[in-house]
Amino acid sequence: MTALTPPLSHRLRWTFADGLTLVGRELGRLRHNPGELVAALIFPAVMVVLFGYVFGSAIQVPDGGDYREYLMPGLFAMVTFSAVMGVMTRMATDASRGVMDRFRSMPMARVAVPFGQTGADLLTGLLMLAIMVGAGLLVGWQPHRGLIPTAQAFLLMIVLRYALSWVGVYVGLAVKNDQVADAMVPLFLPFTMLSNAFVPTDGMPGWLRFVADWNPVSALTAASRELFGNPGAPSGNVAWPLAHPVTAVLLWSAALLAIFVPLSLRAYMRRGR
Amino acid sequence: MADPIVFAEGLHKSFGDTHALRGLDLSVPRGTVCGVLGPNGAGKTTAVRILATLSDPDAGHARIAGYDVVRDAGKVRARIGLAGQHAAVDEKLTGRGNLRMFGRLSHLSRRQAHRRADELLERFGLMDAADRQVTGYSGGMRRRLDLITSLILRPEVLFLDEPTTGLDPRSRGEIWDNVRELVADGTTVLLTTQYLDEADQLADDIAVVDHGQVIATGTPDELKATIGDRLDVVLEDPAALSQAATVLKALAGTDPTMTGADRLSVALPDGSFRLADIVRELDRAEVAAADVRLRRPTLDEVFLRLTDRKESVR
Repeated sequence: MTALTPPLSHRLRWTFADGLTLVGRELGRLRHNPGELVAALIFPAVMVVLFGYVFGSAIQVPDGGDYREYLMPGLFAMVTFSAVMGVMTRMATDASRGVMDRFRSMPMARVAVPFGQTGADLLTGLLMLAIMVGAGLLVGWQPHRGLIPTAQAFLLMIVLRYALSWVGVYVGLAVKNDQVADAMVPLFLPFTMLSNAFVPTDGMPGWLRFVADWNPVSALTAASRELFGNPGAPSGNVAWPLAHPVTAVLLWSAALLAIFVPLSLRAYMRRGR
Repeated sequence: MADPIVFAEGLHKSFGDTHALRGLDLSVPRGTVCGVLGPNGAGKTTAVRILATLSDPDAGHARIAGYDVVRDAGKVRARIGLAGQHAAVDEKLTGRGNLRMFGRLSHLSRRQAHRRADELLERFGLMDAADRQVTGYSGGMRRRLDLITSLILRPEVLFLDEPTTGLDPRSRGEIWDNVRELVADGTTVLLTTQYLDEADQLADDIAVVDHGQVIATGTPDELKATIGDRLDVVLEDPAALSQAATVLKALAGTDPTMTGADRLSVALPDGSFRLADIVRELDRAEVAAADVRLRRPTLDEVFLRLTDRKESVR
């Protein structure tokens, strides 16, 4: 608050520049560790084979469509939700290795760290999504409703992914320990599977169906099925998020951002540990 | 020159029921090395975290180069470097990549950041490993990279929180050489350590911290002088041990400690003893000594005396 505080425009410029540097850091990591990319390739490939051909052979799609057409939007949603785990692990690793302390003891823009990390995740997310689309096209999935709805579907995934990455920032800062963070990663699987991503929710017991219908994974899956023109549109008595999936995804994104951006920034700026 | 570059007064900090700091005062003149010594849990790291703006004190205040660590944290950060117990660098990047990234985050231009990275790698002998991922570095190399990462902006004050803990003697020697070079350039260093010889080697002044307070300050020599000289006696015949102990006790006024089967050591109350008197006393009691030595105490002995009250009562 003194006269010497640099002007806001100056601070914003540095925040942006520092954020970009941290995005560059992520790209540098990927360049030196192509293994991470290979691992990122294997996971979707395994899921496509496992669900598209093994389990899928016994699953009946509601309106009689192809199971792999039904499956791919669910896998896109799964990849989208991996943002939480990825960002959480990165933040917790930085916190436990002292890298976060170094950032905090430097004269850099403070908020650049969470913004840089979420920005970097967006880039890796796009890469993973592109790989996933490739895998989908290989097994016969395709969008059927033209360019605009297809673009809208991917845009929804990106928006929700960005919101989810802030959940990762907050949890990572709260956990502060890379080993705990690593141990939490497997929780990701049941969370994403408790949805309409792999099977319709109609067959689940009532209470479970309620949870699955309101799982944001289901909203994103339903929205992309609708926008891609893939089979699996729910019929009959449908929960609100599945009847209005696009609106639901946008609301989820707004809510997550409104809650987790301030929480994360506060957790990051807080001193006194 | 009169103003200390690092100044702390009455720092208090609690974590729940634990009082990490209870009124810590510290003052470090520009261009010197201050060694902060203390047992584990004495509050050394907490003090460094407050001085490096990572943590706010509950009470008291601290200034670096005249700037308050809470109110002017941004200005403090532009003047300090911090190297800690961790090697706080990105393990997935190369050494050069880390230095460039932290250079950019220190708001150097791309060119400056690249040049500074090369300068530091060259000067501190990491050029050969510059393009290897940090994952493949040895412990000593990681610490060295951590150290030079904190030098990117040529800090006025460098905080080293146990910089050589867990390193082999050779790597420790290398870090010590690096620190000496920095001090020769005029950097002020605040060093916390559990290794007394490290403080003895590097520090101009020492602050001994225990239970969150500074309990003694001074140069290593001044601190050694506070507990008096030591007398070491090696006997020709171990059987004469108890007889020798009686003589030494009469001389020093305290019980000597056995430092081996045939040797005794005792603190002398002040510097007025002459070696010749001591040898004569031993002779009179017919104790044959192979070696009698009057020496300054080590810093370890000073430290134990200061931080362990049981020891000094005995």
